[in-house]
This record gives sequence, C-alpha cells and structure tokens, in this order.
Amino acid sequence: MRLQYHLAHRSLLNYSLALGAAISLPAHAAELAVKLELPRLAVAEYHRPYTAVWIERADQGVAANLAVWYDLKKKDNEGSKWLKDMRTWWRKSGRELQMPVDGLSGATRAPGEHSLLFAGAAPALETLSAGDYVVVVEAAREGGGREVLKVPFQWPGKEAAGAAAARANTSSTSYRRTPVSMGGTVDTGVRRYEGSGSNELGRVSVEVRP
Amino acid sequence: MNTRALCHALLLALLASGTTFAHAHRAWLLPSATSFSGKEPWVTVDAAVSTDIFYADHNPLRLDGLSITAPDGSRIAPENIGSGKFRSTFDVKLAQPGTYKLAVVNESASASYKLNGETKRWRGAADAAAREIPAGAQDVKLTRMQSRNEVFLTTGKPSDGVLATTGIGLELRPVTHPNDLTAGTPASFVLTLDGKPAGGIEVLVIPGGVRYRDRLDEIKAVTDAAGRFSIRWPAPGMYWLSATHGATGPMDAAASSDAPARRASYSATFEVLPQ
Repeated sequence: MRLQYHLAHRSLLNYSLALGAAISLPAHAAELAVKLELPRLAVAEYHRPYTAVWIERADQGVAANLAVWYDLKKKDNEGSKWLKDMRTWWRKSGRELQMPVDGLSGATRAPGEHSLLFAGAAPALETLSAGDYVVVVEAAREGGGREVLKVPFQWPGKEAAGAAAARANTSSTSYRRTPVSMGGTVDTGVRRYEGSGSNELGRVSVEVRP
Repeated sequence: MNTRALCHALLLALLASGTTFAHAHRAWLLPSATSFSGKEPWVTVDAAVSTDIFYADHNPLRLDGLSITAPDGSRIAPENIGSGKFRSTFDVKLAQPGTYKLAVVNESASASYKLNGETKRWRGAADAAAREIPAGAQDVKLTRMQSRNEVFLTTGKPSDGVLATTGIGLELRPVTHPNDLTAGTPASFVLTLDGKPAGGIEVLVIPGGVRYRDRLDEIKAVTDAAGRFSIRWPAPGMYWLSATHGATGPMDAAASSDAPARRASYSATFEVLPQ
C-alpha cells in the first residue's frame, strides 16, 4: 500500500515540482521513517484522535502529506465532518483535498507507537529537493484536546547518500534537535531527529536513512 | 411625552431595527463556526443588538434584510428562522463547497422637524420621508442611514466569489481571506464607500468574551487613502469589527431636507483560529 500522497495541485508547490522535475532521479535515494506515539490517556470518554502527518518546508508551506487518520468507516463519509478539527492541517492543505484520498487516508489508530516508512522514490519524497524540512504531526481528539508537534530534519535530496550524510554532520548545529548518529562508532549515515508531545502526542521520531 | 422620554423611545426604535448610534449598542451576528468540513454541513447563527458583543441581553436583530450568497453567487434561503426576547436565530445548509457571505442590510431614514413650533421626530423607510413628513414642516433635518452586518463562512476550500462588494454604502473587501485568520498573523482589508476606496475611516475591533476580562481590549485602525487597513489578531477567538462613515445621528448639524446627511455603517464578525 502506498502511504504517500503528493499535494501536487497546491500552487505553492509548483516551484518545487518544477525544480524536482528538472533534476534526474538519483541512483540511490534516502528513506524517511516516522514513528509516532499516541499516548494512552486516563479520561472518562476516550476516542482515538484524528491524526495528520505532513512535511513542511522552511517557509512553513506544505511540501507533502504523509498520512491522515480519521473515522472513515462511518457511513456516507460522515467522519469527514471533524477533519477541520485538525485545524492546522485543515487550513494548510486538508481543505484542498477531497477525502478520503487513496494512499493517504487511513482509520484512526489506537494508543501506542505507529510507524510510517517512505521510500525515496515515493511520490511524497521524490520531488523533495535537498534542504531543511519539518515533519509536522497534528492530533485532535473528539471531546478532548489538540496538539501540533514539529520535528525539523534535513533531507539529502537527490545527492548521493554519502555526501548527504557528510553535510548533515557539518550543519547539525543549525538544529534545535541535533541528529544522533546510529550504530556506535561506525557512522551508518542514519540521521535521527526527535520530538516529544505533552498531551495528545507522545514521542515522535524521524529517521533519514541513506 | 417629555423630550427625554421621546429620545428614549426613538433610541429604542432605532436599536430594534439594528441601527446603532454612538456605539451605545452594537448589532452582531454570531455563527456557530466559520470553517467547516464534510458533506453539506450546517451552521446556526445568532443575531442580536446588545452593549457587550456576543452577549444577547437587549434586543434581537431583525432579519428582514438578511441575504445569503453561496459560493457560486446564487442566493440561498435561511432555515429555522426564529426570534426570541434577546436574539434572532437562523440556520444555513452549506451544500456547496466554498465561501459564503451572510449579510443583514438595512436602509432607513430619520428626520427632525418643527411643526407649529413643536419639534417632531420621524423615522421610516428611506424613500418615505417626502410622503410622511407633513407639508408644513419647517427646519427639516433628514439623515439617510445604511447599515451592513456580515459574516463569512467556508466549507472545504475557500473561494473568492462572494468577496466582491455591491457598490452601495460602506463595505469591506477582504484582501486576506476572511476564513483564513490566525492569531499573531496580520490580515488586510479594504473599506469601500459606494464601491470606491474609503480613506481616513476609523475601524474598531473588539474581541469577544469581554465578560471575562476587565478591559474592552479594543483594537483601532484607520484606513489609508486606498481604503486599506490591517489587523493583527492577538489571540484566537471571535472578533467584531465595525466602521462608520458620515453623520453621527438624526440631528446631525449638516442635515437638511435638500441635502440629507448620510450615515453608512459596516460591521462583521470574524473567527480567528490558533496557529
């Protein structure tokens, strides 16, 4: 199943799309892995949160949607009535879509850790040029709260994986959350970025794998 | 009836119609939400005239002048219209995706004149003054009043069709989409008078929820020569915006029967969401 959806009709994206199309695909593209934790909450009435995951550019514009979990089993698509409660996602890109979107939408998830993995050739990533980005996770719970969590990361883009890893090492000081090298003394080139929510979201990690 | 009681009665009559003077009472529309998703959502709207914005405690707003414009420009009818002691209410089904404009527009006139040495007051429809004011009236001071209260609503992707102005009275032409307002981000608008940029007009913005704070916390702006102004919303919430052009009241010194004074007022309710 494709978990990715590229928001190709956003006018803001035209520039990056054009740029992406002009550059040939690399022989070896990096992968993006997102892990997010939905906390177990001790509340009288619990409903699984509506959750959206997307990538933003440094200018806060949406580069790609990664996942939207909502109540899509309700008859007549009635669950879409509350998509707007993921307010940030709704304003930035959700309201431009006709949900459900194949490969993007999914059912709401239970508390626990959930993983998303995107190959570099996936539509969401293949036009993403090298640079600074942010994975944004927004969770909104019926009768509960809402939280938006941002995890900045650096994407190697179309360059060779080795060169990308080297650049990540030299420019890590520009990040609030510095990349952590995985694999002890041997640098595997995997860059890991983390954030932690306070109410509606637990730990969120983003891994860029060469 | 003494003068004071007469003034009071006149004021009440004006308030009941939704026209306000000297900001003593304010006419407002309060939608249940301004941003919607899903198939054919509904909105319910309160409409009232009161001293404190969004607290219905005085008079309902008359809905005679209500018009609802759908994203495709067509007019749609409100449903479940009702009027209570303090507020009117109506519902709207938002069947088309896009941006809707709800407007309550009133045109009226008021006059003062002397008849047989006694000062009289009159109020009625904008075109009825000549017919209803006695022929022997002297020292006639006439003021035409136009008021417009608006709300913008969007379901799905915002559209721009309803943002155009009609060219009558004082109106707002949003530059920033009115359903795209977030706390901390400035939003730009243009005020127009009869379709032309209205410069030098003071704009007053009041955040809702005044009952739970000690100050009004109003925001003021003045339109530039091109009618433009911008507002930076300090926090999420519902806001009431108002502006007035022209005569301050029915006894405006400039008014006469030959050259009636004019008062054109505009107000709107905006919802500002968190970032």
